[in-house]
Amino acid sequence: MIHVSNLTKEYGNRRAVNEISFKVEKGEIVGFLGPNGAGKTTTMRILTGYLPPSSGKVEIGGYDIMEHSIQARRLIGYMPETVPLHQDMTVYEYLKFMADLRKIKNAKQRVNEVLAQLHLEERASGYISKLSKGLKQRVGLAQAILHQPEVLILDEPTIGLDPAQIIEVRNLIRQIGKQHTVLLSTHILPEAQQVCNRVLIINKGNIIAEDTTEHLQARLAGSQRVILRVRGEISPLLPLIEHTPGVLRISRQNDDTLEFETPHAEDARPQVARAAIEAGFELLELHAVSLSLEEIFLQLTHEDAPVPMTTSEPAEQ
Amino acid sequence: MSNIWTIARREYKLFFFSPIAYVFLFVTLLLLGLFFYLDLFFAVTTQQFVPGAQRTIQLYIFPMLFLGIPVLTMRTIADENRSGTLELLLTAPIHDWELVIGKWLGSLLFFLTSTLVTLVYPLILNFQLDPGIDWGVVISAYTGLILLISTMCAVGVSVSSFFSNPVAAMFASLGMMIIFWIIGSPAQVTGGTFTQVLGYLGFPDHFYDSFMRGIIRAQDVIFYVSMTIFALALGSTSVETRRWR
Ligand SMILES: Nc1ncnc2c1ncn2[C@@H]1O[C@H](COP(=O)(O)OP(=O)(O)OP(=O)(O)O)[C@@H](O)[C@H]1O
Ligand SMILES: [Mg+2]
Repeated sequence: MIHVSNLTKEYGNRRAVNEISFKVEKGEIVGFLGPNGAGKTTTMRILTGYLPPSSGKVEIGGYDIMEHSIQARRLIGYMPETVPLHQDMTVYEYLKFMADLRKIKNAKQRVNEVLAQLHLEERASGYISKLSKGLKQRVGLAQAILHQPEVLILDEPTIGLDPAQIIEVRNLIRQIGKQHTVLLSTHILPEAQQVCNRVLIINKGNIIAEDTTEHLQARLAGSQRVILRVRGEISPLLPLIEHTPGVLRISRQNDDTLEFETPHAEDARPQVARAAIEAGFELLELHAVSLSLEEIFLQLTHEDAPVPMTTSEPAEQ
Repeated sequence: MSNIWTIARREYKLFFFSPIAYVFLFVTLLLLGLFFYLDLFFAVTTQQFVPGAQRTIQLYIFPMLFLGIPVLTMRTIADENRSGTLELLLTAPIHDWELVIGKWLGSLLFFLTSTLVTLVYPLILNFQLDPGIDWGVVISAYTGLILLISTMCAVGVSVSSFFSNPVAAMFASLGMMIIFWIIGSPAQVTGGTFTQVLGYLGFPDHFYDSFMRGIIRAQDVIFYVSMTIFALALGSTSVETRRWR
């Protein structure tokens, strides 16, 4: 449904988004994670047709967002980060206005449905300017789902909501995500974990990691990937360390290299090293690669820290 | 089409939420009423000068249109831009020009409503004078007035689309009104091709000598219609390029 290729956006000579590419399929809920200023909002603004890209291509449901903008925009429901609403209208008037712009049939009925869905019935005749931040957030969400869009793009949808509402909104997103496509940005890792099928991590305009939430969860549970390299053919070593306690998902990468996962809590590296040496292999390398996503994310949020994709630990010779 | 109407309806309603709009309406109509009363009083006591509908229109143009249009149209697009609501309008499936035309139509309808109120004076006059008044002139003058309002609203909305600060938009469109109001004056005294061209662009030049005197000329109608279209096209382009800025 969402097809982004080599998307770049420059503001003056500051590059906010750098050649990113990704796809989101129908029925997927994808989380867009990244620290402040990573380029999440910029990317979403391009996806929704608000800003033109400097270069690259965006397709929504097969329609190019620049060339067939109106058709593409019809498929999208969008809640911007700042939740800009017409303060001078009542909740009902505003939703009716947006429904009319979307040319929804039975607009009144649909507005009432959405009001009920987001528990806004009581506030329907109140002015938006008088609503609390969380209530405004819900109105913003209501206008995004009015036309039952194929693609829902939400920029930090749960910010400012109370815990009960956060749960409700997450459920709502999950429910919508069953049939439709959702792209949401967030800073909250557990939220991405709970709601999303897949996560894109973006920093300084680059997508630096992309993973399914299952993998994410596996990693958050505290396992790491380890690369093992020996001199010569490594295949005979496989069966030897396969049954070492703590070794998960072992795979051969190269003639002389293999990779396995091991939990932080039960680090199998010493046993693997011993097994390899005792079997007469010459151990060249043994190190953990890739941080857990949470570690990556924490690294990212520390602007000054460089973002290593791999960490080398001294090989145990 | 329905998008234009949706935008226009909201815009029209919004005017009635604005206290400034009421102040303008109230002051203008009060002033008009006062002058009308005085004129009538003098006419009755001196038995000579009979005020026409033209005087009402003249008194109406300055406060309500010349000042009122820049002040009341300043927020149309600039405010959407400042508050960020433009982001949701521009990501809704509507064309940029539909937004601009909708904003213009809403403003036009508001000023037409206020203009409609001024018709009470010719009506009263019609009852006061014995043979009644010359309705031909009234119709012609009001036709011209509507065209003038349409052009001025288009300028106001168009200028508003260039700004994200409504007050800046107000001063800019007031400036535009002044320019288009006086640009034609030199042509009244001197010739020359350049001054003649400028003379053609003046807003009042197509109004006072024709519509106000009961003459409806195609060239004047074409002038106001094309100025309206030009201003709206400029506004649409500005909204479109706003995305690129
Ligand atoms: N209109 C703009 N003009 C100039 N630079 C901009 C503009 N909008 C964003 N930027 C810059 O582009 C970069 C990416 O900003 P963006 O708003 O996309 O980040 P974000 O990931 O949404 O951050 P946050 O988590 O704070 O919302 C930042 O460096 C920002 O300063
Ligand atoms: Mg953002």
